[in-house]
Amino acid sequence: MPTISQKILSRASGSGIIAEPGEIVEADVDYAMSHDGTSVLAIKAFQDMGSERVWDPERIVIPFDHQIPANNDVAATLQKEVREWARVQGISNFFDCGTGVCHQVLPEQGFALPGKLIVGADSHSCTYGAFGAFAIGVGATDTAEIYSRGRLWFKVPETIGIRITGKLRPNVAAKDLALKIIGDLGADGATYKAIEYFGQTIEEMSISGRMTLCNMGVEMGAKATIVPPDEKTDAYLNGRARAEYSPVFSDPGSYDTELEYDVTDLEPQVAFPCRVDNVRPVSELEGTKIDQVFIGTCTNGRLEDLEIAAKIIKGHKVAVRTLVIPASREILLEALQKGIIEILVDAEAMIGPPGCGPCLGAHMGVIGDGEVCLSTSNRNFPGRMGKGGSVYLASPATAAFGAIKGYITEPGKN
Amino acid sequence: MFMIKGRAWIYGDDVDTDVIIPGKYLRTKDLSLLASHAMEGLDPEFSSKVKKGDVIVAGRNFGCGSSREQAPVALKEAGVAAVVAKSFARIFYRNAINIGLPLVEANVCCVQGDTVELDLGNGTVRVGDKVVQGTKMPLFLLEILQDGGLVAHRRKEKQKGAP
Repeated sequence: MPTISQKILSRASGSGIIAEPGEIVEADVDYAMSHDGTSVLAIKAFQDMGSERVWDPERIVIPFDHQIPANNDVAATLQKEVREWARVQGISNFFDCGTGVCHQVLPEQGFALPGKLIVGADSHSCTYGAFGAFAIGVGATDTAEIYSRGRLWFKVPETIGIRITGKLRPNVAAKDLALKIIGDLGADGATYKAIEYFGQTIEEMSISGRMTLCNMGVEMGAKATIVPPDEKTDAYLNGRARAEYSPVFSDPGSYDTELEYDVTDLEPQVAFPCRVDNVRPVSELEGTKIDQVFIGTCTNGRLEDLEIAAKIIKGHKVAVRTLVIPASREILLEALQKGIIEILVDAEAMIGPPGCGPCLGAHMGVIGDGEVCLSTSNRNFPGRMGKGGSVYLASPATAAFGAIKGYITEPGKN
Repeated sequence: MFMIKGRAWIYGDDVDTDVIIPGKYLRTKDLSLLASHAMEGLDPEFSSKVKKGDVIVAGRNFGCGSSREQAPVALKEAGVAAVVAKSFARIFYRNAINIGLPLVEANVCCVQGDTVELDLGNGTVRVGDKVVQGTKMPLFLLEILQDGGLVAHRRKEKQKGAP
């Protein structure tokens, strides 16, 4: 009785038999990704291995998002080298600065497909599981291995099934649920394992919400985070899918462990510095002063997120510096057409070019020593967004209320 | 067949890759720069005090967070001979093997400066007269480590005539 993970890894291994959890298989990767940051070492490892041509240029996707537009000559030169390498290798799925965050670009461009095995040189590659793919993050040398041979070893994971039921309250979203679960399971609660989210709440949840949920899986150590694909998945992929796909589903009784959450009474959640699993209800830190609000990233930079923020911010001026970075050009365009950007700019928020922004503390809105940022991103490790700064992680609604108040407050309280 | 003996540096649970090597130092190919900032987010004195051959002994979920391969590279370049932890974040585990930084998953109790002896083939760690049995690494991963990482492993195979 195999799970989605077992079925995808077994199919990709070509062995013809179902691999059991704990087994190590070698499998063919359907799509591989590296961005401006991780491509540098991946290409170096590829060359050092003695490899000359990539295994299949059509299956490699390279978006530039981490340090865009380049903030100094070192980054600019490294980006130039990656750009040149991609051209020489004939990698046509190259998405230059401004297209968006890799984890938004791959779904938008139709690479995140049900039943596929996708490996990305970025830990949040688990986001593609929102489309029923088995998607994992790896480092640069593993990426070089795939770029050379198209194959990689995988340990078949056990699966934690998490059933979600109930209707989310107003101002409570997928991010709050993700934080709640991470707080309960802990930063290593799902290490080496896959998580599968299912149930009524997941079926009713938008693709955007499912991506938020899957994106955060790695923050509890999960290898992959998966939502079983359905008609919403097909509707999103209609006109985008780069290949035909065959969805697979877990057999009844195949989960190693099963958990259940009823979200009916779930309050907005916040992860305190400096741990993603240090999660408490927003109401417990009412009035905490902030210096910056950041709305964006692969976790919460989608249209739905910006729309929620704009609705709250409309008619106000932001009380602290507020940075909004749409996760992709497509989202930025839609937000422009819907008047969302106008509302945000009118409120004196800054709009950044689609990309990772200050999330990883390298560029575009980092915080100073002793400063506090209320962010919709996914990590708040010590120094993550700037040395000596602290980051509180929250939903777009909580962040938007923080922006107009200048302190952390429960959404809709005042 | 694969023994490492070194002086222990003790750290706790959930040591993340942002503290092992902060994001702002990533855009470089200069490995000595990475080494000089190793563990900076957690222990700013580490890079100046660590000696070649030292071993990190940590708690659960070592190397959690980002996929940055510079994290194990920074430790290796700083002189760290191996990492022992109760558990590893899976991307760090793969990355460490791929760049040739040995690791053993074992629940070891010792103090700063203790001498620890790792037997990678058997997955054991000795502190004084106490031997802790950890998780044994599959043979194909041990081979990659013995060759000094995946790049060296593939080069060696190519020299032997592999495609």
